[in-house]
Amino acid sequence: MAQNTDGAALVIRSLVKAYVRGKPVLNGITLDIASDGITAIIGPSGTGKSTLIRCINRLVEPTSGEIIFAGRNLVTLNRRELRAARRQIGMVFQEYNLVERLTVMENVLSGRLGYVSPFKAWLRRFPPADINEAYALLETVGLTPHVHARADALSGGQRQRVGIARALMQRPKLLLADEPTSSLDPKTSVEIMTLMRDLSAQRGIPAIVNIHNVALARRFATRIVGLSGGAVVFDGAPDALSDAYLKQIYGGESWLDGHSENDSD
Amino acid sequence: MGAPVNWPARIAWLVFALYFAYALSHLQLTPARFIAGLDFGYKFLAKLFPPDFQRWELLLKGLKESLEIAILASVLGLIISLPVSLLAARNLMPAWVTWPARMLMVVCRSFHPVIIAILFVKAVGFGALAGILALTVASLGFLGKLFTEAIEEISLKQVEAVRATGAPFMSVIAFGVAPQVFSRFIGFASYELDSNLRNSTMVGIVGAGGIGGTLFAAFQRFDYDFVCAIILSIIGMIIVGEVLTHVVKKVFRA
Repeated sequence: MAQNTDGAALVIRSLVKAYVRGKPVLNGITLDIASDGITAIIGPSGTGKSTLIRCINRLVEPTSGEIIFAGRNLVTLNRRELRAARRQIGMVFQEYNLVERLTVMENVLSGRLGYVSPFKAWLRRFPPADINEAYALLETVGLTPHVHARADALSGGQRQRVGIARALMQRPKLLLADEPTSSLDPKTSVEIMTLMRDLSAQRGIPAIVNIHNVALARRFATRIVGLSGGAVVFDGAPDALSDAYLKQIYGGESWLDGHSENDSD
Repeated sequence: MGAPVNWPARIAWLVFALYFAYALSHLQLTPARFIAGLDFGYKFLAKLFPPDFQRWELLLKGLKESLEIAILASVLGLIISLPVSLLAARNLMPAWVTWPARMLMVVCRSFHPVIIAILFVKAVGFGALAGILALTVASLGFLGKLFTEAIEEISLKQVEAVRATGAPFMSVIAFGVAPQVFSRFIGFASYELDSNLRNSTMVGIVGAGGIGGTLFAAFQRFDYDFVCAIILSIIGMIIVGEVLTHVVKKVFRA
């Protein structure tokens, strides 16, 4: 197991995922994720952005390759070790994935489930420190008035704020976000990205964000990775992402005309 | 004119009509037999009324036993159904786990409660125990199936998010699965209680305890006025049960 992580929060080596044998969705991805900042992953639909991010916490099982996190190869962990690793990786989802029938508070506290015994989870007995932290987080994301509302009573933007609070409740060392703004309107999208950027900077948590909105990626990311056909075709600073690269990532060029106006804001 | 004649359908209808006529004649269901039957029915009804509540203590004892059988069997059936239905849910468990769990529920469901009650009377002897076991088995069959279907219809996105926090399996169930199925489970369980209440009045006929035994004995002794009292009491109990399950559902907002 490779231990030389060189200060990187996450090292991905030759990651391959094939849902169907012989037809890999991810074709040997190699990436080092720095210990701070937001890495945006852009690329056309179906190019494996979601698969890549889900391979990291093994919601999707990688076919081969290595994912080194906190000195261990996540790919070879057993179920128990995997659960321990997942505690340190927060995740934010495209459709929020809140438990609809639970309250906002319960949803945020579910971020601590890795640390609480199942018995106490059934009885909703969380340590007072966790409850205080949940209140503080909900205040940070501006949801104090909705603490005891049911999750299905909230708007999309509010739900994603709960999703972010739940992920941060884990006190993670890495934040994954799978298209966190795709179900939101442009204004709310910017608010959510601002919140993610500020909170990850404040807490020193590196974030990997799948996003198909290039303007949002440019605006909020410290680094952009372009995926196409299951391989990395661009990796660099937002400023370096030229139209030529965009053409290479997404194919074609007619869509590039005037993209700066009709993207969000 | 144009629509082509659907000969297979015509033949099917004809075959059905012939069979219906054959069955009527085979069982000798003639109008005369029906009118004779009406006459019996009239005499029977006349003997039923007025109902005789003199042996109310016997009646009450039977009703109480039936109610106890129904409630105990429902609770036991519910408790066993929860883990079995979880094991049978194909969206959460691998096939080698769901198969045996499903087989168990199919076996429990394949016989009428009265037939299961006969088996248990032979196995554990006459009395309420046989009735409780019989209805527990029947409840497992039905609640298990309904619970399994409810679990299989949940949103896996919510489960995925809880799983991603590193939660242990039982905590994933507590936060990701249980909230999604809770209100439906309450609905199914109260329906099963209702159904067990009805069945608990019947298992007594085969000696498995409850009011059914009293009813059967009264029939055999031609105590039709007592039979009438028992039937009216059963109707009363079912109505009370209906109200009770309604209250249960309301309390849990199911």
